[in-house]
Amino acid sequence: MTQNRSQDREHRAIEVSERVADVPPSGIRRYFELAEEVEDIISLGVGEPDFSAPWAIREAAIASLERGATSYTTNRGLRSLREAIETYVHRRFDLGYSAENEVLVTTGASEAVDLAIRTLVDPDDVVAVVEPTYLSYRPIGRLTGAEVIGVPTAVEDDFRVTPERLAGAGADEADVLVMCYPNNPTGAVMQIDALRRVGTFAREHDLTIISDEIYAELSYEDDHVSIASLPGMRERTVVINGFSKAFAMTGLRLGYALGPAHVIDAMNRIHQYTMLSSPTTAQHAALEGLRSCLDEVGSMRQSYDRRRKFVLARLAELGIDCFEAKGAFYVFPRCPWPDEERFVESLLEEEQVAVVPGHVFGESGDGHLRVSYATSLEQLREAMSRLERFLAE
Amino acid sequence: MEPREEVLALLAENARYTLEDIARMTDLTAAEAEALIAELEDEGVIAGYQAVVNWRVADRERARAEVELNVTLDRETSYDDIARRIAGFPEVKTLQLVSGNYDFLARVEAGSTREISRFVSERIAPVPEITQTVTHFVMDTYKEQGIQMNGGGDEDDRLSISP
Ligand SMILES: Cc1ncc(COP(=O)(O)O)c(C=O)c1O
Repeated sequence: MTQNRSQDREHRAIEVSERVADVPPSGIRRYFELAEEVEDIISLGVGEPDFSAPWAIREAAIASLERGATSYTTNRGLRSLREAIETYVHRRFDLGYSAENEVLVTTGASEAVDLAIRTLVDPDDVVAVVEPTYLSYRPIGRLTGAEVIGVPTAVEDDFRVTPERLAGAGADEADVLVMCYPNNPTGAVMQIDALRRVGTFAREHDLTIISDEIYAELSYEDDHVSIASLPGMRERTVVINGFSKAFAMTGLRLGYALGPAHVIDAMNRIHQYTMLSSPTTAQHAALEGLRSCLDEVGSMRQSYDRRRKFVLARLAELGIDCFEAKGAFYVFPRCPWPDEERFVESLLEEEQVAVVPGHVFGESGDGHLRVSYATSLEQLREAMSRLERFLAE
Repeated sequence: MEPREEVLALLAENARYTLEDIARMTDLTAAEAEALIAELEDEGVIAGYQAVVNWRVADRERARAEVELNVTLDRETSYDDIARRIAGFPEVKTLQLVSGNYDFLARVEAGSTREISRFVSERIAPVPEITQTVTHFVMDTYKEQGIQMNGGGDEDDRLSISP
């Protein structure tokens, strides 16, 4: 009792900053709490691979520990890892970044997003975020004191961003544009022509682009194209990527940023004080991933692709309208009921299947559901049967 | 991937995928998948279908041994001839010609280790071309056909909902 009361008093004594108090709670928190209560749940609400990291990656992590590699690394990350990243992004995405000064190894892509936004954005700036969107960009943008505007995309355009949508949202006045393709939550991808048009818009209106390409390896019909590989775009883009999705390494927390030397240098100026260096064990693990696990990345991609096709086919059979998502591990069907929230809650309650309502990813996600297929085919099959039964009732 | 390769890859992964499931995961219809599978069976590309059983869990554990066989060849007898003679026994579950210190590696299964011993000494060793056998009784199986047994494999420690 006494303790509780003194804790309460402490709460009142310490005031959190206005900027943090202004950050709204994460929109998915509520659904997480609901789902945690449910037994025998099949969750299609998961934003990370169901695979564990390839064995060779785990062995490399263990071996580095056995060698005693438990010290800090250089701020920018192990030289050998940066060189491996340089080679990998060059071969895979035709991107030219020097390990010397244009690559920064970060603690997850999450840190790279934070550093990029803080490095590029001033308090009076405008940050445009393509929506529906991964949940981090908006709050981090707000923390800098900038104004954040959403650029809605729509199913009619397969959730690709277009110059018309950008102009319509007022992004011509923005300083920084944050986009993510292949996209979480829609599974949308952007091909070269669509990217060119966005690039032209960015050059005309002097926008800097933060391109979160963490799902780059998970593009199923065509190889991923990075907007930074287009002529004239490298100098106005920061590319973010990482090991979480493609290498199934979420818990090891490793990502990286690529950009012009002076931008990476500026990002490193924050990183050196806030992070010092990214986890050393994870850096050794990631290096092994780039050296020897690209085949396994390919077989995981193939596995996701089969599940993607399976889920799209099942949704079509159930009469649920869904555009053909071609990337990441999400599909984004239209919600069969007008009230998305009620649908999600009833489905969870009655059939123990969890999905996430589209509106939490931005207004333009309204009326949709994020369905993750980072789950075994057996589970997906069962989830779709439960969904079928639910709809029949 | 070609449809043939794709269907093969799927069945090699799980032979119990239904035709409907295969159709959903490929660009084929169920009828096309069925025809393709029939074709693969006819051609002998698909040689059979079996479950990967963990007999220990089923409490029906059978004795197993990996048996190394050394043979001598002469003008009239080839590896194929010898292999045919050994492969004919139902106790021999797999038989492979291998490189290295011995010629054949046979996986033998029977009701008990005694039965295996008897089978090897009475059926295999007397084959005239066989000069030596070395029998390794299997004590435990950790992985079979790419599937981890006895508690192997990764745990799923993910949160039910994540961004
Ligand atoms: C689009 C997107 N960017 C970044 C991240 C965070 O990745 P990391 O684990 O590398 O911090 C996620 C994770 O869900 C994501 O979906």
